[in-house]
Amino acid sequence: MSDTLAAADLIKIEAHIDAHKGLPGALLPLMHAIQDDIGYIPEEIYPQVSKAMALSIAEVHGFISFYHHFRTHPVGKHVLQVCRAESCQAMGSEKLEAYIKAKLSVDYHNTTADGKITLLPVYCLGNCACSPSVMMNEEIYGRVDMKQIDDIVNEVIHD
Amino acid sequence: MIKVFVPRDSTALSLGANRTAKAIQAEADKRGVEIVLIRNGSRGLFWLEPFVEVETEQGRVAFAPVKPKDVSSLFDANFTDALSNTAKEHSLYLGLVKELKWLKKQHRLTFARAGISDPVSLDDYIELDGYKGLKNALTMSSEDIVKAVTDSGLRGRGGAAFPTGIKWNTVLGASANQKYIVCNADEGDSGTFSDRMIMENDPFVLIEGMTIAGLAVGATQGYIYLRSEYPHSLAILNETISKAYNAGYLGDDIKGSGKSFYIEVRRAAGAYICGEETALLESLEGKRGLVRFKPPLPAVEGLFAKPTVVNNVISLATVPIILDKGAQYYADYGMGRSRGTLPIQLAGNIKQGGLVELAFGATLRELLYDYGGGSATGRPIKAVQVGGPLGAYLPESQFDTPLDYEAFAKIEAVLGHGGIVAFDDTVDMAKMACYAFEFCAIESCGKCTPCRIGAVRGLEVLHKMTSGQDYEKNLQLVRDLSDTMMSGSLCAMGGMTPYPVLSALNHFPKDFESQHK
Repeated sequence: MSDTLAAADLIKIEAHIDAHKGLPGALLPLMHAIQDDIGYIPEEIYPQVSKAMALSIAEVHGFISFYHHFRTHPVGKHVLQVCRAESCQAMGSEKLEAYIKAKLSVDYHNTTADGKITLLPVYCLGNCACSPSVMMNEEIYGRVDMKQIDDIVNEVIHD
Repeated sequence: MIKVFVPRDSTALSLGANRTAKAIQAEADKRGVEIVLIRNGSRGLFWLEPFVEVETEQGRVAFAPVKPKDVSSLFDANFTDALSNTAKEHSLYLGLVKELKWLKKQHRLTFARAGISDPVSLDDYIELDGYKGLKNALTMSSEDIVKAVTDSGLRGRGGAAFPTGIKWNTVLGASANQKYIVCNADEGDSGTFSDRMIMENDPFVLIEGMTIAGLAVGATQGYIYLRSEYPHSLAILNETISKAYNAGYLGDDIKGSGKSFYIEVRRAAGAYICGEETALLESLEGKRGLVRFKPPLPAVEGLFAKPTVVNNVISLATVPIILDKGAQYYADYGMGRSRGTLPIQLAGNIKQGGLVELAFGATLRELLYDYGGGSATGRPIKAVQVGGPLGAYLPESQFDTPLDYEAFAKIEAVLGHGGIVAFDDTVDMAKMACYAFEFCAIESCGKCTPCRIGAVRGLEVLHKMTSGQDYEKNLQLVRDLSDTMMSGSLCAMGGMTPYPVLSALNHFPKDFESQHK
């Protein structure tokens, strides 16, 4: 997968920068807007962001690298988040994690070879009465077992 | 037409509520049964989701949990006539909702409306006593609003339990051209979901609470700092905030009062530390979420260096009922210095997980067994972690501790945000202690040394201990390190990570020893 920024994406990003200028504390919503739109925050745009927000490039980099949610490279078509927190551990999430990693043949923070699924750890989805939980894109699943993981994964692999 | 209710809360959705709702509508259409399908909030009986309710002249009747495969048999039993004998004979029939023991015994104050109606309907909210608190507040002076909150005894429900009224009074007394109300909706603790439940099941109560806070301290701008892991909450908040603006409950001249208040939701970005109030403010300002030194307190110099109220979702959502029914009404619940109610979240390895709102004073044992029904696996409960990843692990011998801030402090534990995570006897507490350090290493903001370095070294030393290297020497080292972290960290992240570690060591020493012997 290439990280080179397409001209169309650059136009979108510049529009987001313009839309957020003057907003108090703009950097946080601006980064969300960019990542929501094109899937990641390309490092090439740090100079434009730093100029528009009156920050140094180091500050922009420092901001983005601080937050687990932001990423500077494209991810797979779908994102599967697996909860690693205590409540899910109490319901056997460790076995589930191992099963998912083996099924997808990837470790956390990596994308399947076909580019379809990126696997991420998450520390609580707020679904703790029905652990263990995972989230595929924005769909949340509770009391997940291995069979259900198969269904969730198969559903996105074949689309 | 008969009203049928299927919840739209995240947990209900995670167990297939959308599919159930679809199946019910399709089956009704197929059979020519006229129904109105309402997507209500959840009442928090999460082990029974999807929890379907049918309106009757005696109140609502519940059938749960309803999977799509059950729908056809429900129609066969004529469940839309829920008082009929055939409906009562269905295996999923639970009877009248208001008679369910699990709900009936609770003290639902903050969660009075959760699950009753469609959470995004402003008309429903008003019909169910919504905006009565604001109506009263609009006729009161700022000082009187603050006094009501102080007199109610409400303490910060985010975990720190600082008296809300005192915080508000500081902000009220500060002079500035701009003040802020910041709602901390970065509910990151494992085992907690009460903030999410308010936002998804009764969002207007949070909007109302923030508006009252604004009137109380003279702030006109509010921000809800919402964790990015809650996409459903985000959609519901944005929809309801927009409705509140359109109906004149937000914006300039609230309901003709001449007062203004604005709310905007800001999405967080997956950093646990941003649940700490000063890190949250840094993040809102568009910076790395590094913890600030205190003083100055946020109430004096908070967001953009202006006086700021930072309150948890539950604290703010509790304000409307205090202003509606009076401080004394709220203060009459509870024990000692813990007044009112605590929304408790039963999670982890528990048979009947969900939301239990009770006056302070109930014991852990009541929660775990009377409400929780014991472990989900049917094995003995070995330990519970109360108050999130920075909370202590408690053994069975401490299950009779009442839920009260001071009683918990006495046993070196915290109530925190009211989350209770149960573990059965298969849990390895040495592993949980390691996880506590690991989590701190991942989530530390890095500003202070005890937390940044301590977590990493702590994990290393625990690994050495459990692999049998110099057990006694390393045990002492973990205790020394914990002491340094507790006394020398800037905030609760480093300062409280030793709680789960030391409690695991103190209460479950065998789990550590067995591995080195």
